[in-house]
Amino acid sequence: MATTVHEPPKIEKGRDASRLASNSGNGGGRNLVPSVGDLRAVKDYAPPPASTGIWVVLASITMTFLAFTSALIVRQGSALDWRHLVLPRILYLNTLVLLASSVALEVARRKVGAFMSGRRSQVASPARWLYITLFLGLFFVFGQYLAWLQLRSQGLYLATNPNSSFFYVLTAMHALHVLGGLGGLMRVIRRLNQSILRKSTLDATSRYWHFMDVLWVYLLLLLWMKL
Amino acid sequence: MHDMSAHAHVAHPAPPTSFIRKYIFSLDHKVIGKQYYGLALVAVLVGMFLSWLMRIHLGWTNLAIPGLHLLSSNGAPGNVMTPEFYLQLMTMHATIMVFFVLTTAPFAGFGNFFLPIQVGAEDMPFPRFNMMSFWVTFVAFVVLVSSFFVGDGPTLGGWTQYAPLSAVGSVAGPGEGTGVVLWATSIALFCVGQLLGALNFITTTLDMRTRGMSLWRLPLSAWAWFITSCMGLAAFAVLMPACILLILDHVAGTSFFVPSNLVISDQVQPHSGGSTLLWQHLFWFFGHPEVYVAIVPGMGIISHVLITSMRKPLLSHRVVVYSMGALAVLSYMVYGHHMFVSGMNPISSLAFSFPTLIITIPSTILVLIWLGSLYGARLRITSASLFALGFVSMFISGGVSGFFLAQPSVDIMLHATYFVVGHFHMVMGVAAMFGIFAGTYFWFPKMFGRMMNETLGKIHFWCSFVGTYCIFMPFHYLGMAGNVRRYQAFVNDYTQPLIPLHRFITVAALFTGAAQLIFVYNLIHSRFWGKPAPDNPWQATSLEWSTPSTPPPHNNFGDKLPEVYHDPYQYGVKSSVGDYVMQASPEQVETAQGEA
Repeated sequence: MATTVHEPPKIEKGRDASRLASNSGNGGGRNLVPSVGDLRAVKDYAPPPASTGIWVVLASITMTFLAFTSALIVRQGSALDWRHLVLPRILYLNTLVLLASSVALEVARRKVGAFMSGRRSQVASPARWLYITLFLGLFFVFGQYLAWLQLRSQGLYLATNPNSSFFYVLTAMHALHVLGGLGGLMRVIRRLNQSILRKSTLDATSRYWHFMDVLWVYLLLLLWMKL
Repeated sequence: MHDMSAHAHVAHPAPPTSFIRKYIFSLDHKVIGKQYYGLALVAVLVGMFLSWLMRIHLGWTNLAIPGLHLLSSNGAPGNVMTPEFYLQLMTMHATIMVFFVLTTAPFAGFGNFFLPIQVGAEDMPFPRFNMMSFWVTFVAFVVLVSSFFVGDGPTLGGWTQYAPLSAVGSVAGPGEGTGVVLWATSIALFCVGQLLGALNFITTTLDMRTRGMSLWRLPLSAWAWFITSCMGLAAFAVLMPACILLILDHVAGTSFFVPSNLVISDQVQPHSGGSTLLWQHLFWFFGHPEVYVAIVPGMGIISHVLITSMRKPLLSHRVVVYSMGALAVLSYMVYGHHMFVSGMNPISSLAFSFPTLIITIPSTILVLIWLGSLYGARLRITSASLFALGFVSMFISGGVSGFFLAQPSVDIMLHATYFVVGHFHMVMGVAAMFGIFAGTYFWFPKMFGRMMNETLGKIHFWCSFVGTYCIFMPFHYLGMAGNVRRYQAFVNDYTQPLIPLHRFITVAALFTGAAQLIFVYNLIHSRFWGKPAPDNPWQATSLEWSTPSTPPPHNNFGDKLPEVYHDPYQYGVKSSVGDYVMQASPEQVETAQGEA
């Protein structure tokens, strides 16, 4: 657990205020010609790059898993060797764990937000719920590993059957992405402890994390369904 | 709180001083852009060298090429190329050129260097991802080239790596074992690199624009990079999983792409039930957008160069942007035209033929806008503008044959002949190369602070222009005469008479390739001994010419980011500096053309 003394975060280092003032991106798309010396006429708001960037990341992950999905559908129809495997029970527990981690992260986001905005300065450790999320995420990945062990003990390996192939590929790819999310969470915790966390970073990380939930539920349905 | 989130820009502290942080693991988009450009330069020389070897073999099949055995342990006994080695060279030529040249230079190279400057930013928003993007691409290149020296050489399956031969291992031929695994690993890594790049390009364009820089004030080159990165985002995200499945078929014994009871080299393969067409669908869903990833940045670059050389804007700024956007959207709906002969429902081929014909419309609009804008322009003839014109010429000449190939009934006859090879080499290969050359001659002064030699540049242009027409125009004739592509020698009755033409093409290829050495000499000589470049040598308007020094300082604009007052191309106006007003100049424009 964090032992650092928590202070409200500071404005990013290495940039002076005058620079910040002239450096606000214009994402407004207004085609106004500012008169000389007065640029306030230009609509002056651009979202922080992390907020846009996370949607770009999610779009490419979506495309990747859509490609896997179409491969699965085509492969299922291409021959008669598809044997539908019974999903290991532990996957349902893992699903609950992952959903719980999202709830924990949402709680964390509110607590950290309240702390960062100065509304709650006496929070003992705003990172506590982040650690809970991290723990649940790790538990999920471990649970997936247990599911693989169960399948192995039934003699279902990667190359046994097209369905088991897709099961391993999809769960492994998803677990890799979850591990990436765990890395992101650890970065958020570190920056929070150093008081240099940006709200946009936290928001982007939590969007990614919730997306991992949705993606997992989708994959579970895809693997469970007999198409 | 909101202050912090609203100004989440790049922390750009003092420039790094150590050699490694400054030149190798640099976070500076300008250094990364140059690294990409350097990688492409190495790759294009390798790729061109391979094409020389192939062309010599096609003209004089049993000729011993001195030293050829150094490239392959078993592919060149007595320095004469074996058929398998020819296919290995062909595969590597295509893979290197498509991925590591045509994607790397115009998009990742110039885009990295100039996109942040053109939008008026200090850097890209995620510099670490940007650095990773280059180094992952670099590793991908090393992995690909290493296949020359591992096992029985690189894969011979062509850059499309059609299953099942690509998925069964070395039983399918030399290079089909380790070679394919290295190929697929390299391409999967390349995809990761380009996805990281696309993330930076999209966020830079949307979020990092400086004050006054609305989307419609972006120069056409910036638009092209933005549109390309959106295309790449979806395309590379699909190729990567396909490569993973291909690798698993190899190393884990899965059956994604290998059907049951497949007999290769008299052996029944131990796979079952895979779909060979699945690979083609996944590959071409990426593959067709990829050719637009290669060409659209060129369109943006040559528009930018042409406008500056014509001293007037194009007939319509917006229509150019809309057309490039239409190309991007349509490029995902046409991929099936690569599979007309793969076994496709006739209705499907109609469904793919129709958008393929539709996609010629935005392409034609672009060409008409370029040509129409040239009408009445007093074009400044520079190396850059000549290559821009060369781009338009190549794009038309190569594009016209696309009309034929888009129709399934005609394509069945022309498929897998030299007609197709001529088509894509002109419309996507040479045209995109000319885009790279135009960009190089135009931006070199800003990138390196020195002018390139214009005389050598013009000689380079005329040699390349005439040379590439001599190489690739006859390909169309060869294809119509029935000359099948990928053959390593022409021994049939009907191909024998075509050999003199093949020899002519080989001589033209050697000559044109040698002419590229002029460019390499010019590049290196100008880099060190060229005339020092002024800040704005072409009297251009966009922000890259407003930097306080040339090359731009570490944070691009010094103490204060520029503010943008004008549309990108204010040429043919009266101002205090001449016939143009720069985007960052607060001066009012007298004639209001284009300012609405």
